[in-house]
Order: sequence, then structure tokens, then C-alpha cells
Amino acid sequence: MQRLITFFTCLFFLTVPVMSAKAQPVSNEPAPNGEATTNGAASELSAPKQELPALVEELKGKSTTKKIETIRAIAATKSMRAGPILEAYLNGKLFKKKTDGTIVIIQKDGQGLLLSDPYSGKSLGTSPKNKYKKIRVNNRLRGVIRSVLGSLQLRHPDRLKRLTAAAAMFKSHNPKSIPFLRSALKAETDEDVKKRMREALAAAQLSGTNAQAQMLAIKVLENRGDKPALTLLQSATRQGASAEVKERAETAVRRIEKTLAYWEIGQTIFYGLSLGSVLLLAAIGLDITFGVMGVINMAHGEMIMIGAYTTFVVQEVIRTTAPALFDISLLIALPLAFMIAGSIGVAMERGIIRFLYGRPLETLLATWGISLVLQQAVRSIFGPTNQEVGNPSWMSGSFELGQLVITNNRLWIMLFALAVLFALMAVLKYTSFGLRMRAVTQNRSMAGSMGIRTGWVDALTFGLGSGVAGIAGVALSQIDNVSPNLGQAYIVDSFMVVVFGGVGNLWGTLVGAVTLGVFNKFLEPAVGAVLGKILVLVLIILFIQKRPRGLFAQKGRTVEQ
Amino acid sequence: MKSLKQLALGAIAAAALLGPTWSTDALAGSHSKKETIKVGVLHSLSGTMAISETTLKDVMLMLIEEQNKKGGLLGRKLEAVVVDPASNWPLFAEKARELISKSKVDAVFGCWTSVSRKSVLPVFKELNNILFYPVQYEGEESERNVFYTGAAPNQQAIPAVDYLMSEDGGSVKRWVLAGTDYVYPRTTNKILKAYLLAKGVKEEDIMVNYTPFGHADWQTIVASIKKFASEGKKTGVVSTINGDANVPFYKELANQGIKAEDIPVVAFSVGEEELAGIDTKPLVGHLAAWNYFQSVDAPGNAAFIKKWKAFTKDAKRVSNDPMEAHYIGFKMWVKAVEKAGTTDTDKVIDALVGIEVPNLTGGISVMAKNHHITKPVLIGEIQDDGQFDVVWKTKGLVAGDAWSDFLPGSKDLISDWTKPVSCGNYNTKDKKCLGAAMAK
Amino acid sequence: MRNSFLIKTLDKNSVLFLTILAIIAVLVPVANLVVPPESPFHLSTYWVVLLGKYLCYALLALAVDLVWGFAGILTLGHGAFFALGGYAMGMYLMRQIGARGVYGNPDLPDFMVFLNWSELPWFWRGFDMFPFAMLMVLFVPGLLAFAFGWFAFRSRVTGVYLSIITQALTYALMLAFFRNNMGFGGNNGLTDFKDILGFNLQSDATRSGLFVATVIALMLAFILSRAIIKSRFGKVLIGVRDAESRTRFLGYRVENYKLFVWTVSAMIAGVAGALYVPQVGIINPSEFAPANSIETVIWVAVGGRGTLIGPVIGAVLVNFAKTWFTGVLPEVWLFALGALFIFTTIFLPKGILGLLAKKNKKPKPAKPSDKPQPQPAE
Repeated sequence: MQRLITFFTCLFFLTVPVMSAKAQPVSNEPAPNGEATTNGAASELSAPKQELPALVEELKGKSTTKKIETIRAIAATKSMRAGPILEAYLNGKLFKKKTDGTIVIIQKDGQGLLLSDPYSGKSLGTSPKNKYKKIRVNNRLRGVIRSVLGSLQLRHPDRLKRLTAAAAMFKSHNPKSIPFLRSALKAETDEDVKKRMREALAAAQLSGTNAQAQMLAIKVLENRGDKPALTLLQSATRQGASAEVKERAETAVRRIEKTLAYWEIGQTIFYGLSLGSVLLLAAIGLDITFGVMGVINMAHGEMIMIGAYTTFVVQEVIRTTAPALFDISLLIALPLAFMIAGSIGVAMERGIIRFLYGRPLETLLATWGISLVLQQAVRSIFGPTNQEVGNPSWMSGSFELGQLVITNNRLWIMLFALAVLFALMAVLKYTSFGLRMRAVTQNRSMAGSMGIRTGWVDALTFGLGSGVAGIAGVALSQIDNVSPNLGQAYIVDSFMVVVFGGVGNLWGTLVGAVTLGVFNKFLEPAVGAVLGKILVLVLIILFIQKRPRGLFAQKGRTVEQ
Repeated sequence: MKSLKQLALGAIAAAALLGPTWSTDALAGSHSKKETIKVGVLHSLSGTMAISETTLKDVMLMLIEEQNKKGGLLGRKLEAVVVDPASNWPLFAEKARELISKSKVDAVFGCWTSVSRKSVLPVFKELNNILFYPVQYEGEESERNVFYTGAAPNQQAIPAVDYLMSEDGGSVKRWVLAGTDYVYPRTTNKILKAYLLAKGVKEEDIMVNYTPFGHADWQTIVASIKKFASEGKKTGVVSTINGDANVPFYKELANQGIKAEDIPVVAFSVGEEELAGIDTKPLVGHLAAWNYFQSVDAPGNAAFIKKWKAFTKDAKRVSNDPMEAHYIGFKMWVKAVEKAGTTDTDKVIDALVGIEVPNLTGGISVMAKNHHITKPVLIGEIQDDGQFDVVWKTKGLVAGDAWSDFLPGSKDLISDWTKPVSCGNYNTKDKKCLGAAMAK
Repeated sequence: MRNSFLIKTLDKNSVLFLTILAIIAVLVPVANLVVPPESPFHLSTYWVVLLGKYLCYALLALAVDLVWGFAGILTLGHGAFFALGGYAMGMYLMRQIGARGVYGNPDLPDFMVFLNWSELPWFWRGFDMFPFAMLMVLFVPGLLAFAFGWFAFRSRVTGVYLSIITQALTYALMLAFFRNNMGFGGNNGLTDFKDILGFNLQSDATRSGLFVATVIALMLAFILSRAIIKSRFGKVLIGVRDAESRTRFLGYRVENYKLFVWTVSAMIAGVAGALYVPQVGIINPSEFAPANSIETVIWVAVGGRGTLIGPVIGAVLVNFAKTWFTGVLPEVWLFALGALFIFTTIFLPKGILGLLAKKNKKPKPAKPSDKPQPQPAE
């Protein structure tokens, strides 16, 4: 009963400032006489406070509806600990002891659990697992907590917290939060945060009923100009307070839609480039083994797989020995993957492929056999299931560039693919090994008579191609499955890219991969993913009819062999 | 010298074609005197499906070993016959025939994909043997020789949608049905669409999307889901994306910052095994619907997991829903053989109906007349440790419905393998058994 | 003799090969149907089905050898023609089910009822008639091969470029057939067949009949292939294989020679597929998978490229090895298979048949072989 009273009291006090806000002339700047409250949280107003522990105890209950009331009440206690407790609850760190139901906050720590008291924040030492049970949270509660936390943290000293809070307030766009936003805005000094808060305020105002405020809000949202703003404006075209507002909203909607259409094309190009970079990475090693050496290397995919498994092993070792190094795990994995895949490549060349020169089509058979053996070897060693390769923090998440959503891992892979390509070109062009390699592939016997050890150059070239496939595997482990089938997924596409671009030409591979990627991504929204892929294949078949030697055809006598 | 060449040629050809046939047949003949009871394990250990199916082979070996420790069955030891159908559907049929007619097994536990089951079906019917099929599937089938221990659509899909529509699930009003383009997602989405329309969801609030097997580049689709969800109404995604494609899908979801409280994704093919390949921290709160989760707090389950980890000598090995299905199926078969007192196929098939076995989530599963079992439906939330936390479950157990009531072709059909109906697809309207699925 | 302009279609080896096939065609059904099951000479149905399957693969390998061994076209997409033939047969078998499907619909196959199709798509019409279906078995793969070859050979696409676009072809078809909207049953393909020409597919007699049909088809395809390669036409073809430009400069229309043999080969592959489907009981888009086509090439290489007999032996041997390994070494059989391929390439460059020929030649090195020695074409 007491709880109910608290709830209604809160509700009552929450509505007071709203009414006063309505009476005031509304502007986007903080109102001159700073109405109602000086502090953001509703808690400032609530008279009968309920004890925090009693409320937190209630989170153990079953009914989600009741829990939502409780969460609001916790926020209303004004306690310093309300924020941390709700945050712990949101992140699933609030636990109760199985025996007596004591509530604690638990941080996971390698072996055991780090306990702390929710009300004081003091550490309670560690405990083994399975003595505590998580206090259940679901998606509906998470939404409520996030918006409640938003209002609690609008004036948090941490700038990032304030930004998140403003974003949460924007998302909930509740007219009741107008006063808090306004006072928070007044106190705010950081420009970025101010901007976000202004947008949140505008969103809240648009959802209110004041026509004048709505007109101003529309302008702010129009400037924001993204999809959520568009959605808000769209609803304003139907529910605006006056005909004028509706009309204004409609113009804004039209304008945003127009610019968003351009951004969307940009986004599709980004997706295409990203797919292209994946194809490029997958194909680049094959361009050496197949393109330059003429070995129909069916084990190419397995070299990529080995690179991915190297990353997995490196990360496993780091996790158990030096977790702090996790963020640079990929950098450690790169040289290792190159060396491991490269030495397997050299071994393959010395052990098998060198007996098959002059019979390139039969390399298909042998490398197919090798690919089966490597797949099974990985399956026997690591098991058939997917292995977890984590994203380092700098490779997860995304950022926005205008209205483009750029995912970090895709961006890095793009840059990485280009780096690998140019490094490879430099090796071929400027090193003495590159010179020898080109000499051997262009005229083997002449190169031999000039004193080049053609056998070793072959082995190293094959090793280079395999090594490059290995480092591609490191990158691809970030976006795909790490399983024994990994290589099989890329082999067909890799051959397509190399052949489309023109065998033995790195520029061709680059242009081929990017063209196929972008083309695919423009087709996909129009005809669906499956049909899009089929059309790309048909395109390749038709293209080869037009240019039987690919995009960048090799010229000269070596072509007709 | 020519004659030598011919001789050699002929010998090779003859040896290739005939030699092995008789020799192996003769070998097989020696098995006719039965000492052990043989159990076939027909799961792919190589190829694309090995990723999922190898675990089921391991669980069968564990269950058989355990049964042997208890003294076997009918006083005889059990013997597992493991073959590798290599994710190749015609090879499934060949291996099924090999298990039944060459190795003389008394029951087979196997298959994962629907197409592998369809491929072996005629063999089981012809040679009259028993198949236990442990994976959730699209329904629309009930065969006398097959026992379906996985979920039918009504034991997984519909309760999951109900949950998302409920307040606790977030009162979802707008739906994305995303799946891999094959029969299970097609049927499930068809059933779900009919169900949603019946619940008053508007046609324009449903988006259906299909992708090829092993789809790896999810950028466009995740972005289009985001766009579809930004139209104002609360949106949920029902994912029937299969196998390998899930890992890149979830990685993309996480990277594009789709949080569960904004757009919850409920999946029907993502279990503990699939999550083992992903960092789940950004995915907390997304959902999966199954009939079993490793995290379920039940005494039977704890004991099972302990045994499983000991058997595989791997403390990190997870358990999942199809494993539980095999567990139930195996226990049921053991009970039925004990009840029948023989491994004779017909008698065991008859004995199996009505068999009750405790499942791992604390209930008692029953083999129904339509060869499907009763199961609880659980909705689990993904946790940061790669496990699921059950947020909702059905009150009691749900009986599997072979023929969906939401498809026009099958709404009048039922399956009942007991007398007097004895039919897998009995039309209740015309009161007749359709097609050739008649009992022998 | 080799200078003779007379067409010598069959040499002694060929006759021996055909005789062995004929003996098998008689022996297998007899051992299965007549010999009582208790007898050690009884052949179980399991083996009849298996041998039938092997011989279908052998027929496919023969088709590949015809283009790879004699025209230098390394095809990585012959599985497409095989599967198309299979689908044509599968469609006929589906239509034979009639009202015996699970939904009891007399007009529509089960999967169409399942997906709410109201009527039979136009491309399914006529497949209830056996002669029409058989015509399609030849016509569909033939037409596709003709169209594909027409463009590819005219554009002078050769070597690996040709190989890779054949792979693209079969890959695209696989993706297309996976689509449920195509009307071929999607991933599940066509299955649950009941009978062929009124004979129950589950009966041993029908199985033996299909087996004999397969052997006969193999014999006919072999004779046809021999006739082609031993004719004047065949000599030009070998010229194309060994030195395409030179042959063209001599005034031959190289593309026409290639196109003809390519289309014939695709039709043979289609027949192989059509015989395969009723014996294994399912046709599904994974038959289009590029890996399957690559495997076929491997059978040819193992047996001996450019020999026609070799590929048959290679197909049977490799598939028997697969059957055997997956049964006895389920966990590690890929090691064995992979090792087999590597071993064959390094130590038996001309395949099993090449090994035999070499042994024969040793005592009398002077005697030239009466059969063209395959040279790698690039």
C-alpha cells in the first residue's frame, strides 16, 4: 500500500512542472526564470521517501509491472546509490543470495565473484559461483531503467554518462521530462552534450501539446535530420497541435527524406566497398599462388582458415596469461598467421606441388586432397564447432559520419585489405625477391641460367601467397565463423574475383573485388540476397565472354601457353 | 604382352566392381548371430553440418556407454555403430541402408536437416526400422518409422511470438521474419504469418526476408531491419536463420548497435553451441526459444551436464536442445524395448507410444500417438557468458502437433499411429487416410 | 593400323571393357534376385543400389573425360548437367506419385501444397509423360550446354577462365534451385518417389532393372564416345586439345568442334543424372555444388584422363573408397581420401590406367601405343 502511495505522489509531483511549463512561454533556451526546480531529478520534489533497501528488496518479485513502479520509486528516493543500483540491475549484476536472499552487486572476476554492498558500495570480498542467483531483468525493464537512469544522470559529472542520458531522453521523448532537460541544459557547459540535450528537449516538446514549442522543436529535429528524428516528425504530421504545426512538420519530413535518400546511396556504397574488401582479402593470396604461379590452389581457403585459427589460439593464450594484451591480440596474430600459413605453403610446394609443374591442371587434384586433409586436421585438433574469436575494443561498435553508420570492424578491414595489397605490390616491385619472382614466372629457364635458384623462388612465392591468405584469415575471423568450413566458404568467390579481374594482376583483383562487392550491394535491396548473388554470377559469365582474359588481361607471349 | 595388360585391366575392373561386394557381404553375414544390440548413429562428422551434428554423435556414445554400465539392455550389451554421411544427402540414404541391412542395427539415432530426414525416410519405411530425429523442424510429416523428439512449430515458434506480443516481451507490434531460404523457415514463417494476421497484426507490419545458406554479409539486411523498426511501432525480429550464417548475423547486430530492448531478436536455431562462437556481451537480452537450456536449474540437468563434461573431458563443452532430445529419445527407446521385451521393430514402435520419460527440465515427456513428444517451451535471454537465462516458460508441457492448424493444406489432418486409425495423415473431415502413409 | 583412315571404333581393350560390363549386367541381377539369400553368392539389395549409384557416377566421369581428355576443356561444372537431368527425371517421378502424397492432392506435388501453390507451374507440364520427361533429360542439359558453349567457345574463352565460369554456372544454378520460389522444392528437392513406369521403386526387381539400364547406358555412351574420338572429327578434336591456335590456323572451325562434343557430353551427364535419381531416391540442389563437379574431375584424373575406360574405373574406385572409409573410419576418413588424391597425382600422373599401360610398355619400348597419349592442355 505504502508503495502505491509513493508511486502516486511521485506521479503527482512529476506532473506539476509539466503544467507550469505549459503555462510559460516556451523557448529552446532555458526559460529565464528557471521554472519549478533547480535540480533535474523528480526526487527533489518527493516528500514521503521510502527506504532504498525496502524498494530494492521488491525487485525480487515476479510481476514486471510492479517492478517498473519499484524502479521509478528507487529513482525517486534521491539516494546517491539509486543510480549505481539501477545500473547494476540493468547490466545483470544485481544478485541475491540463494540462502537468505541478501542482495549484492556482483562483478565477475576471472575465477570468483567480487561482491559489494548495494547500499554503501563497499566491497564484501569474493565468493565462489552458484551461491547467488541473478535478479531477473527483461527487455521491458531494461527500457524503463535506461530512461529512468537518463533522468538521473542528466547532471552526472561524467560527460559520456550525460551523453547517454540525453540519448535515452531523446528515445523516450516524454513531455514530462521537459523541465529536467531544461534545467540540465542550463547547467551544461559541453557543446556536444548541449546539442544532444536540445534535441532531446525538442523531441519531448514535439510529443507535448504546445503548438509554439512544437514549431521550434521541428526546426531542431529537422537539423538533426536522421531516421529517429524523421519518425518523430512523421508522427507530428498526424498529431501536431495545430494545422500549422502539421504543415511545418510535413515540409521537414520531405526535406529529411530527400537528404536521407542520398545518404542511403552513400551507405550502400560503403557496404559494397566493405564486401569488396572482404573479397579482396580472400582473393589476394590466390592471386599469387594461382595468378602468378598457375597453381589451381584449392587449398587456398584452408590457408585463410589456418590464419583464423591462429588468431583463435593467440587470443586463448592471451586470455589465460595476459588479458591486458587482448586489444593487441590481432597485431600479435598477424605475423604468426603469416608465418604459420606461409610455412605450410612452403612445405606444400616443396613436398607436393613442385612435382607437378608443367601439369597445372593436376595441381587442382593434389591441392584438393591437401584441402581435405587440412580441414580434417583442424577438425580433429580443435573440434568441429565454431571457436570464439573476440573483437578487440577498437574493432567493435560503430560511429556516425553524417547519416552514415560506419562499423569499426568493417572500416579496419577495408584499410587492412588495402594495406596488404599495397605492401604486396611493393614487395613484388621493389625487393630483389620480387624481381627474382617476376623473372622466374616470366621465363623460368632464362632466370635459371642467370643464376636464380628457381626452386627456392617457387617455394617462397607459394609461401608468400599462402602467408597472405593467412593474414586475410586474421581479418576475416572478425566477421565470420571460425570453423573448419571457413575456407570452403571463400574458395569459389576468391576464384571468381581473380578470374574476373584478370589472372596474375593485383590491380585487376582490386578492381574486380570492389566492382563485384558494390554491384552485389546495389542489387541486394532490389532483388534480395539470393537473386542478387545469382545475377552477379551471371554477370561474371557474360563479362568473360566479352573479355575472355578478365578485366586487366595479361598481354604478350606468355598468355598463349 | 597385350594379354597381360588385358588381364590386369580385367582384374582391376572386376576387383573394383565385384570383389569388395562379396567379401564384405560375407563379413556381414557373420554378424547374423546377435550378441549385442546395435544402435546406429547417423550424424555428419564432416562437411557443413559437422559443426552441429558431431556433438550429437558424442552424446549418443555417452548415453550408450552409460546404459552399458547399468548392465545393458535385455541382458545384452549395446553397441554403437557410427558412420559418417558427410553432410551429403544421398549419402545419408546410402548410410541408412548400410546401417540397417549390413550392420543390422535395431534403431537409428540421427539426421539434423530436414532434407537428410527426407532422404532416409524411404529407406526406413522399406526396411522397417526406427529413426529418432532430434531437431526442431517444420512439421507437416508423421511417419510410422520415425519418432520426432525435437520441437514441432507449435512447440517453439508460436509460444515465442506470444511472448514477444505480451507486455513482458515488449508488446511487439511490428514483425520481421528473417530466415534462411529453405523449408523450415519457409513453413515456420508461413505459420507465423497466418498466426499474426489472425491476431490482428496488419500485413504492412510484417516483413519477410530470406537469405541463402551460409550468408556472411549482413550489412544491408541488418540496416533494413533497423529502418523497418524505426517507423514508430515496437518491432521484433523472429529469426529462423540457420547454422553458420548466425555468427556473422549476430556480429553485425552487435556492431550496428541494435540493443535487445529496442529490437529484440528471438531465434529458433541459435543455441548454446552456436553462441560458443560469439562474444555475447553486446547481445545480452536477445532471445531464443527452445525446449531446453543448459542453464535450467533442475537436478536431472545438473547430473547430465556433469556426466557430459566428464565424458568429453572438456569443462567448457556446452549442452543444447537437440542433445536433450536425443537423451529423451534414447531413454524412451530403452524403456520401450524393456516393455516389449524384444528389439523387434513393430513391437517397439507399438510400445513406444505412451512411454513416459523425465526430461532434463524437470517435467515428464510423453511419446504421443503422432510420434511427437510433449515438451515445455522456454524462452531464454542471451547472457554475457554465452548461456541463456529462462525468462518465460509455458505452464505445462505442450504436445507436438505434426500438422499445423494454421496452414490451409493441413488444418484437417491429424496423425495417430494407434489402432484403429493407424495413419500419419488422417483427414478428420473426410475420415480417411491420405496417400500412402498407411501402416503396414 | 594407326595410319588407316578406317574408323576403328573399338580396340581390344574396349571390347574387353564392354564384355566385363555386359557380364556385370547379367551377374548382378541374377546374384540379387535368383540366388537365395543364404548362399554366399547372394548379392544384397544394398550392393545393387550402391553399384547402380557408382555406375551413374562412372557415366558422368565418362562425359567429363570426353571433354577434358579429348577436347582439353577442363569443366568444373558438369554437375550442373547431371543435376538438370536428375531434376527432369525427378519431376517425372514426382508426377507419378499422383494422389499418394501426404496431402492426397492429385494435381500438385506435396511441396507445392505445402507452400500454398494453387496450380502446377507451366514448366511442370508434360512431365507426367515418360517420353517427354526422357526427351527433357537430354534436351535441357543439351540446350544449356549449347547456349553456354556457343558464347564461350565463340568468344575463345579457354583454360582456367573457362573452368571458372563453368563453376560459376553450376554455382548460380545451385543458388537458384535452393530458392523455394523456383518451384523445384527448394533445399529439400524432390523425394518420396513411388514408382517408375508403373514399377514399384522399392522392389528388388525394379532396382535390378534400373541397374541394368545404367550398365546399358554406360555401354552405349562408351561406344558413342569411342565412335566420336576415333572418327576424323575426333582427330581434329585432339588437335584442338594439344594446339588450339595451330588447329585454327589450319582452317578448322575450332569452336564448332568443341561445341559439338561439349553438348554431347552434357547430354550424357544428363542421362547419368536421370538414372541416378530413381536409384538414390532424392534430387536436391546440393548436386549442383561446385565441390561435386570438382570431385568428378578427380575421378577422371585418378582413373586416367583421356582413356574413357580410366574414368569409369576411377569413379567406381573413389566412390567405393568413400563408402568404405565413411563406414570404417568415420572420424578420420578425409585424411585417407585426401592422401589418396595426393598420392595419385604424384605417383600416378596418368592415373591407374596409365600405370598399367606403362608396365606393359616397358619390355617393348619401341612399340608405340595405339592410343593417343594425353597431354596436358593449358
